[in-house]
Amino acid sequence: MIMRDAIAGLLSAVKDEYIICANGFISRDTFNAKDRPRNFYMLGSMGQASSMGLGLAIADPRKKVVVFDGDGNLLMNLGILAMIAQISPKNLIHVVLDNECYDSTGGQPTVSSSMDLSEAAKGCGIKNVVRKGPSEDIVAAFRDCLAKEGPGFLLLKVGRDPSEKTPRVNIEPPEIAARFKRS
Amino acid sequence: MDAQGLKKSLKELGFDFFTGVPCSLLGGIIRALGDDYIPSVREDTALGLAAGAYLGGRKPCVLMQNSGIGYSLNVLTSLNLIYDIPVLLMISYRGFGGKDAPEHIIMGKHCVELMEAIGISSRVCSGQDLESALAEADGQIKNGKPYAVFIREGAIS
Repeated sequence: MIMRDAIAGLLSAVKDEYIICANGFISRDTFNAKDRPRNFYMLGSMGQASSMGLGLAIADPRKKVVVFDGDGNLLMNLGILAMIAQISPKNLIHVVLDNECYDSTGGQPTVSSSMDLSEAAKGCGIKNVVRKGPSEDIVAAFRDCLAKEGPGFLLLKVGRDPSEKTPRVNIEPPEIAARFKRS
Repeated sequence: MDAQGLKKSLKELGFDFFTGVPCSLLGGIIRALGDDYIPSVREDTALGLAAGAYLGGRKPCVLMQNSGIGYSLNVLTSLNLIYDIPVLLMISYRGFGGKDAPEHIIMGKHCVELMEAIGISSRVCSGQDLESALAEADGQIKNGKPYAVFIREGAIS
């Protein structure tokens, strides 16, 4: 399954959750599949979607927070796994869409092909860690994760569409933040 | 200014989310904050955490050494400043006046102008002037802007 379809599948299971999307195609695919005020689109600040998700989850335990992260993003901020494990917010689900490349800059490889990010999450001490391959039922795995007490970590190995040309997010950044905060 | 007094001033201004990466000059305030302080792995991660907390209704403060400005510039310029996400930066000032360990000299010379270059207001404090700097910071933060308070050695007892 390619990332765009994986994201569309995940969004079909989302209800009132707050979603923080990593920069690049993850934000673009989410925006184009189903824009909603409770989506925060990171445009720059690679690596920091997971930090924002953790900060939000701590700030308001009543909010269910989902992070749509990427392998390149997580590798840039791998220490966040240790922070999530230590703080252990029950309302945080960290989904990593792992296509083993920096997709939006042309598909250059990351190093995730030679290691397993779900093992890193387990090693840091995150409780619910699930890994799914490209042919498995990722929506069911995501629903299951949402139903359980967090923190959850869901690694989805996805494919890449080399012809992907998903349009950019066309909402001004202050509006992305303001409507998310209001929602 | 003593650490308990600084903590009280911060709380009175409504700051209620504290994270960062420590510096020996910030040891006292981090100790005073106790469980209110969340240790971050890196300064940019701390800024990310603070941004999320802000969107969740909190008023965040990030503590760091000025060496952390390097890691922070990307998040300040591509998150805080473009989305109007405010944060109070409390930055210990190593290398002030060119007197410190070698790793602090260059950042010590340029940290204030780095903030100015990206459009973040700042003030260098050495003690009781912290109070008025925090009041000024609060005004900027209410307008959605980050503000940096530089803290010299001995400013917090």
